[in-house]
This record gives sequence, structure tokens and C-alpha cells, in this order.
Amino acid sequence: MSTPPTPVRELPHKHYLNATYGAGLRSWLLTTDHKRIALLYLASVTVFFFIGGVLATMIRIHLLTPGGALVTPETYNKLFTMHGVAMIFFFLIPSIPAVFGNFLIPLMIGAKDLAFPKINLLSWYIYVIGGCFVLYSFGTGGLDTGWTFYTPLSSVYSNSAVTPAVLGIFINGFSSILTGLNFIVTIHTMRAPGMTWFRLPLFVWAHYATSLVMILGTPVVAITLLLAGLERMFHLGFFNPALGGDPILFQHLFWFYSHPAVYIMILPAMGVISEIIPTFARKPIFGYAFIAGSSIAIAVIGFLVWAHHMFVTGESTYAALTFSFLSYLVAIPSAVKVFNWTSTLYKGSISWDPPMIYALGFIGLFVIGGLTGLFLACLGLDIHIHDTYFVVAHFHYIMVGGAVMGYVGGLHFWWPKITGRLYPRALSRFAAVVLFIGFNLTFFPQFILGYLGMPRRYHTYPPEFQVLNVLSTAGASILALGYLLPMSYLTWSMRYGRVAGQNPWPATGLEWKTDSPPLTENFEVTPVVTWEPYDFKNRPDLGLATGTPLPAPALGDD
Amino acid sequence: MSEHIVSPKIYLAIFTTLMAGTGMTVWAAFQNFGKFNIVIALAIATIKATLVVLYFMHARYSPKRTQLVIVCSVFWLAIMLSLTLADYNTRRHEGRLASATTCYRA
Repeated sequence: MSTPPTPVRELPHKHYLNATYGAGLRSWLLTTDHKRIALLYLASVTVFFFIGGVLATMIRIHLLTPGGALVTPETYNKLFTMHGVAMIFFFLIPSIPAVFGNFLIPLMIGAKDLAFPKINLLSWYIYVIGGCFVLYSFGTGGLDTGWTFYTPLSSVYSNSAVTPAVLGIFINGFSSILTGLNFIVTIHTMRAPGMTWFRLPLFVWAHYATSLVMILGTPVVAITLLLAGLERMFHLGFFNPALGGDPILFQHLFWFYSHPAVYIMILPAMGVISEIIPTFARKPIFGYAFIAGSSIAIAVIGFLVWAHHMFVTGESTYAALTFSFLSYLVAIPSAVKVFNWTSTLYKGSISWDPPMIYALGFIGLFVIGGLTGLFLACLGLDIHIHDTYFVVAHFHYIMVGGAVMGYVGGLHFWWPKITGRLYPRALSRFAAVVLFIGFNLTFFPQFILGYLGMPRRYHTYPPEFQVLNVLSTAGASILALGYLLPMSYLTWSMRYGRVAGQNPWPATGLEWKTDSPPLTENFEVTPVVTWEPYDFKNRPDLGLATGTPLPAPALGDD
Repeated sequence: MSEHIVSPKIYLAIFTTLMAGTGMTVWAAFQNFGKFNIVIALAIATIKATLVVLYFMHARYSPKRTQLVIVCSVFWLAIMLSLTLADYNTRRHEGRLASATTCYRA
């Protein structure tokens, strides 16, 4: 069957990118438009992703040989610490909520902006200020405590620049809290007529759950790190036993946030996948209410599992049993999502567009990451694999295989909405496959390394582990290519890509019923929602009705 | 929704209670109640914090939904404290680690 001819499209005359509020840079730095703030975040998180990526590359190069090929042991400690801090606090946590959440939530619920546009801009500035503190720490001696800042190493013994880093993360916490607050108020109060709770896109449900975690958890880690900083600066005894403090208390307080923080990273990615799967399977999502409910369940149960990071700290057996059981419990809502996504695919009309490849990759990698999480929740087995590369592989499968795949998949899915332009189809599909292969080659050998007993955070290893380490480093180079490719063609497409039109896939969400790129006010007229979510059958406007020719393929530059 | 106006009398009464609470805390700090030292100090602090939230932050006059949010966050704090203390209260406190020989024998 030949493809119908592609109509020539033009960008809308007026949109948020060319609306003039003042001159040039000022119109960006003083903007209160949620879409522009999302792009400010996109630029800033990309900077941190790049910094974290360079540090990761250096780690992998160092581990090419058993004795370490690149840096001194002290510098190695700094490399993995700074990699963790940059990636977790300044890339993964803000990535999907602050970029896509900001851009899409008002569009998806039919609102003109978020509830507090100025606070939204403030949250970006707070993020930048926090980020500058951390970069100052990186630049003035670095950081060698591990991203977990365990006391008393961080509060007493470390000679690196801990104080500016904990201050930076403390400050950055407020950015996260404000973003979460803004989302919750917006979702409660600014939904368009007809946009009931159970018509909300699952992306919005996921962000609602994420926002709850952000608001309830972030203050705890911010204060905990501040206390560690105060102990370091003024010798106040919070966590140092010599001053009457308790180091285990730090771990409890730190993980009370930092475990749920994993759900801040993965829940929004799950939201992205829940949008992509029905769009490219051309089917309503299977079990909408269960997916929505499982997001909330993950957010709630996720708060009750933190001490599974502390099984080997001499934690009480009773507490360990409780936390082990609760950790198993969190697998249930996660599995509900996976089963529902795969059921959505069943008998769907699947198209292999780039966002779909990322989404399918996400499901596979998340399943491996999630199941290995159950290994770690098992009390006996955790003693063996605690603090080994098994843990490193597990959380990278969740955070990179899950959260970053979701992020890059979302970038491909909404790029036409954000920029109004399409990117090359074949190249982007190739990049998705490269990313998937590179990722698995990097991190799968680490499961084996960890199981064989290679501890994490060591700058050296016995020679028999070299083959697996070399495989992992080789994978990292492929993975890097998998990131550089999308960076290049997406940048290219901003100027040279084909114009996308309102709804290139086509997808069912409200964000696709306005121009690409949208107006500053998002919609000419406030939309009224009369359809159920992900309903392709009763939506003649999508052009998918039987008998009518499909609209031109979304991507066709090559 | 109009803002509730609180009379200066109530503010003054709360302020006086808070000051009295502070006085009691200082007084209690110089007494030895044994195990109950921390309990008494925290009880006074909790009452003071509750008064601040109810009257100075207007939670008493706020809509039910706002009150629900406050109760939920207190509940969340209770989860954090109770599960953390569940570890502390049941962990072994020998004050020293087992010797290497013990470990090997096991």
C-alpha cells in the first residue's frame, strides 16, 4: 500500500516560542509561561546530564584494567560521588516532572498555565542556585562521600568540599517542593470542563503521585543534609557518636526521602509510558483505574520501605523483617502497571515509531530492574549482594533503563509538540536500538560481577573480573552514542525538521488538540472534554475512522 | 472565601500561653524526671506547635481540605518516627561488635 502524499504544513503564525514579551534573553529569564520554564529546565538538566555522563565515562575508563587505568583512588571516590550527585539530585529527580510535567500538565488538563506561574519560575531559579553551589563544590576539591553522604564520613572525616554540596542539595529541595505543590494545586483546581479525575491522562495521575512524594519527602532529606552540614561546620552533635549523635539516625532520615526519591524518578517515566503505549498500539489503555491507582499505591507504599537499604547496619531483626515484607509489597502495584501495558499491546495495531521502541525498551528493562529489586529485598540474599555491583546494576536498570528511557522516549513523543517539528525516523529508531543495546551491555555484566562479589565504589578489582568490566566499558561507549545521536538530530530538527502539525501520531490527549508549538495561552478557547481517555473509536477528529485514509506518516524525513 | 479575622484577644492569649510554655520548658530542663525528661520537653513543644498551627496559621478556621492536608502530613511524620523507632527499640544494644572468632565460628 502506498503512503498517501504528505501535505505541506507550516508552523502556526504565533506560538509560545516567538511570542515577544521583551527582548531576547530577558523574555526567557523573566517568563512565567510554563512551556518556556520547561525549556529552561530542559537546558539545565541537560547540562547536569552531560556533567554526570562525563564522570561516568571516566569511571568506566578507569575500570578497564584491574589496577585502574585513569585516576588515583582518591579521585575515583570523587568521580562516583559527583556522578551520583549530579545525576540523581540535578538530573533524574527534576528531569521528567520539571521538563515534561511543566510543559504538559496544563496542556493535558486544558488549563492556560500552572496554578502559580511565578512560583514555577522561582523553582527554576532555586534549582539553578542549588546547582551552582554543587558545581562550586565539584570545582573546589570535589566530593568523595558517595552520593549518600553517610555520616560521620561526610560530617567529620571527609576532606572534600562537602559543605557547599549539602547546602546546594538543601536549596535544590525547595525547587522540588514548589514544583510538587504547583502540580497538586493545578490538578485539583484548573481542570477544563468535562476533565474529570478519571478522564485525566495517566501521565497526570503519575505526576500527582510524584508530587505527593516530593512534598512529603523532600523536606526530610533537605533538613537531614543541612544537619550533617551543621555538624560539619559547627560540631553540633546530631550524627557523630563522639558528640552524642547517632550515625544510623542519618541513614534512617536520609533513606526516608531517598528511597521514595526513586519513585520520584520512575513514576513520571511510567506516566510517559502510559501515554506512549496506547498511542502506538491504537488501543485504549487496559485497566485505566488500576494504572492510576497503582501510581498512588507506589507513592504510598514507597514511603514504607526505606530501611531495606540498612539491612546490614545492625538493624533490628523485627524492623528488617517488616521492611523486607513492605519492600516486596511495592512490587505489586509496579507489576499491575507492567501487566496492564502488555495487555494494552495485546491485539493492538502496533507501529514501531521511535517513542514506542523506547517504551518497549522501558518495559523490558524495568522488569529486570524491578525483579532484581526483589532479590535485594530478600533479607538473606541481601547480605551476600549488599554494596556489590549487583546493587549498582539493579538501580541503573531502574534509573537509566527505566527513568532515562522514559525521559528520552517522552522527548521523542512530545518533541513535535514542543518544537513543532519532526526528526528523522530511521535515524531515531536506530538510536533507540543503540541505546537499548548499549545499556544492556553496560549494566548486565555488572549483575554478574556483583553476584561474584565485586564490591561497588572500589577503584580496583581482581584480574578475573576484567572481562566483565571491559564488556561493561564497551557497552558504556555504545550507550554514549545512544545519547549523543538523539541530542544531535533533535537539535538539528529544531531548525530543519519537517513541520509536524497538531497531532502527528495521532494521539488522543488534549495537548494534541492545540497548535504545535502551542500558543502562549495554550488554547484559543478553553476546551470541553466529552470523551473518555485513550478512546480512539469515538474520535473522528483523529482521522482513524474505518475507511478513511490514515493521515500521512508522522515521520518521513528520510 | 473570606479570610477569618482573629481578634487581638485570642492572639494575646495564645502568645501568653506560648511564653508560659517556654518558661515551663526552661523550668523542666533544670529538674530531673529521669526517663520522662524528654517526654515532658516534647509534650510541651508539641502543645506549643499545635497552638501555633491552629491559631497563628489559621488552621482552625481553614476549610476542611486544608485541615486534612495538615493531618496527613502529621500522619506521615508519625510513620517516619514510628518505623524508625521500631528499629531502635528492638535492635540489640550490646555496645560492642562480635569478635572475629565468634563470626567465624558461626
